[in-house]
Amino acid sequence: MSAAIDTDAAHGSIGSEAPIGRTRGGAAPAGRGPRERFVPRAGAMLVMGVFTLYFLIPIWWLLVASTKDRADFLGTDPLWFADFAFFDNVAALFAYRDGVYLKWMLNSVLYAGLGALVATLLAAMCGYALAKYRFPGRETIFNVVLGGVLVPATALALPLFLLFSRVELTNTFWAVFLPSVVSPFGVYLTRVFAEASVPDELLEASRLDGAGEVRTFFTVSIRLMFPALVTVYLFQFVAIWNNFFLPLIMLRSEELFPVTFGLYAWNSSINQFPELRSFVLVGALLSIIPLIVTFLLLQRYWRTGLGTGALK
Amino acid sequence: MRHTKRAVAAALLTTVAIAMVGCSAGGGGSDAAYCEPADGDVNLTFTSWIPGIEDAVAIWNADNPDIQVEVQTGPSGNAGTYQNFFNQLEAGNAPDLGQIEYDALPNFRVQDGLENLAACEDIVAAEDQFLPWTWSQASLGTDDELYGVPQDQGPMGLFYRSDLFEQNGIPVPTTWDEYKAAAEQIRALGGYITNFSQTDINQFAGFVWQAGGQWFQNDGDEWTVDLTSEESTKVAEYWQDLIANDLVSTYPAWTDEWNNAYNSGEVWTWNSAVWGANSILSGAPDTAGNWSVALAPQWEAGGETAGNWGGSSVAVFKGTEHLYEAAKFALWLNTSEEALTSLNQTAQIYPATTAGLELPVLKEGVDFYGGQKIYDVFAEAATQVSPDFTWGPTMTQTYADVSDGFKAAASGDGTLVDALTKGQASTISTLEAQSIPVAE
Repeated sequence: MSAAIDTDAAHGSIGSEAPIGRTRGGAAPAGRGPRERFVPRAGAMLVMGVFTLYFLIPIWWLLVASTKDRADFLGTDPLWFADFAFFDNVAALFAYRDGVYLKWMLNSVLYAGLGALVATLLAAMCGYALAKYRFPGRETIFNVVLGGVLVPATALALPLFLLFSRVELTNTFWAVFLPSVVSPFGVYLTRVFAEASVPDELLEASRLDGAGEVRTFFTVSIRLMFPALVTVYLFQFVAIWNNFFLPLIMLRSEELFPVTFGLYAWNSSINQFPELRSFVLVGALLSIIPLIVTFLLLQRYWRTGLGTGALK
Repeated sequence: MRHTKRAVAAALLTTVAIAMVGCSAGGGGSDAAYCEPADGDVNLTFTSWIPGIEDAVAIWNADNPDIQVEVQTGPSGNAGTYQNFFNQLEAGNAPDLGQIEYDALPNFRVQDGLENLAACEDIVAAEDQFLPWTWSQASLGTDDELYGVPQDQGPMGLFYRSDLFEQNGIPVPTTWDEYKAAAEQIRALGGYITNFSQTDINQFAGFVWQAGGQWFQNDGDEWTVDLTSEESTKVAEYWQDLIANDLVSTYPAWTDEWNNAYNSGEVWTWNSAVWGANSILSGAPDTAGNWSVALAPQWEAGGETAGNWGGSSVAVFKGTEHLYEAAKFALWLNTSEEALTSLNQTAQIYPATTAGLELPVLKEGVDFYGGQKIYDVFAEAATQVSPDFTWGPTMTQTYADVSDGFKAAASGDGTLVDALTKGQASTISTLEAQSIPVAE
């Protein structure tokens, strides 16, 4: 667990700057002294406060809007509550078209949850191999993967569609799932992390003890790489959850849609079918809950992992 | 959302570029023997974004065990489904049938993506069941081609606040001159007669359509672009005058602000299509019972003209192996009483057939409109729409460019006529960039 200790130390140092500065007196660099601190800190807080508001107001609006019935939605203050109809709205949403919304949520959880899991495993194996084994073409492979980080997923959607059309896999679960299990960034991060946190001596020790390479990977290395893996998992989870362009191009059957694409489809028809509006609002609010839950559950690792990646 | 939009735009550009490369200038082969029934059972796929359309399809599937139709769905046409159609045509896995709005049909025609239904005798024989102008929207003004079965239409009328007009002793305008006079009276009372939408260019096209104008013409080979025709300019100058004198509001349409302007009674009328009845009902719930519908104001007193805003067709894509069955289904979906009733119930689809306008549900009074039988008005308007209006093959671009100019004009920068002039130039250059022949 040396990595975890390292990063804890790194975090600690930020918090302990002040006492060190104070004890060392004049040795502290200018601009970090206790007296000049107030203005920059207030400035920073102000900037952060403004941005927090900027990001939170739309969510607040969404929260308020989804508790209103149709008449109140238009006729009352958009940023404050009127008659509370949230549960009626949710019930109507769940009942609409035989609960297709719940099906979409389940699809999103499957695409993002399962896809990120497989993506993390593949990235971990790939990054680990690139870090710990010497073989010809290693750097070339790594550079190609690194190049993959630079290619936006959106640009790949159409070529992927044409490829999947050839093998007749469009409009299937696999059309969204398979492209989701690839994470060049994950390979990059796990390689960097494995290089730093999995000591060669440990691998030799386990080889001497008679463990095969695969067993070593799953019992020893993967545990050492855990913070990086959580980071990769979260990144990939969010990326798949938010990737709406690939489903837009690949999917036609409503029962396969992820929630982002389903809501987009409804939203695109609001002018013609205004009754969809409250479904879109409530649906959008509910659809952020799984993301929040995932973040809250994994945020401890998330911070550790990010810090580690940045330091190394 | 902004990122998403940009990403979508970027990707659409890429796909358009690829589609351009892939498209060839093959003509639509119309071989009569081509439209023949298949042996054995047939399975068809049909893409439509209309919620609840599968109810109508379920009726068909129950009655036709040998021709089963599977409904696929997606966002509305311009929001992604059209682009998907082009991608699928490119990949050779397009559905058999698809929903296509009238203003997008020429684009698919130019890209050679549609089967010519004129090869199917049963379809051709059904022509007299449809309003002539809806048929010519699908035949693109030709005699020997047909690229879709008309599904619905959007004849335009005047939605107005009958209570406010009555209380203030203002007569309901029947001509555009009276409309302007009423606008001045209403402005003096602190309201606006209507809201000019900077983004609904197809609404503006509906005004031009009513005035007898033309934006595009196609002689079978070359396209004529005429956004600045005499009628089009006349309509633009009329609205420019209202905007310049602050007689109309210019809220962005379909926003909460816009809904609120109607809901609060600030804006008194809306020149909209039949489907707009539902938009007001949902956007301005506090005004229930106070609205009425009249025929659109005329350019000449006693005139009988109406514009159209919206409407779509069901088309059959190139590459289908079952043209006959697909066409048969499309015809049933848009002419049979049970299908039209179902479509009207689930999605307020306003049929394109003469018989469809007589559906019992369209003969009833509507409470929101004070019990007025509003569909009788639209049925009359539907017969007044000119069959001569043709859409161009690059409407998405034309809409976007003209809309940019309209937005600028609404904020005092340039005029609507300027916007049309720019739209004219950019449309021609877009057509030329796609190697579509343009008549000078």
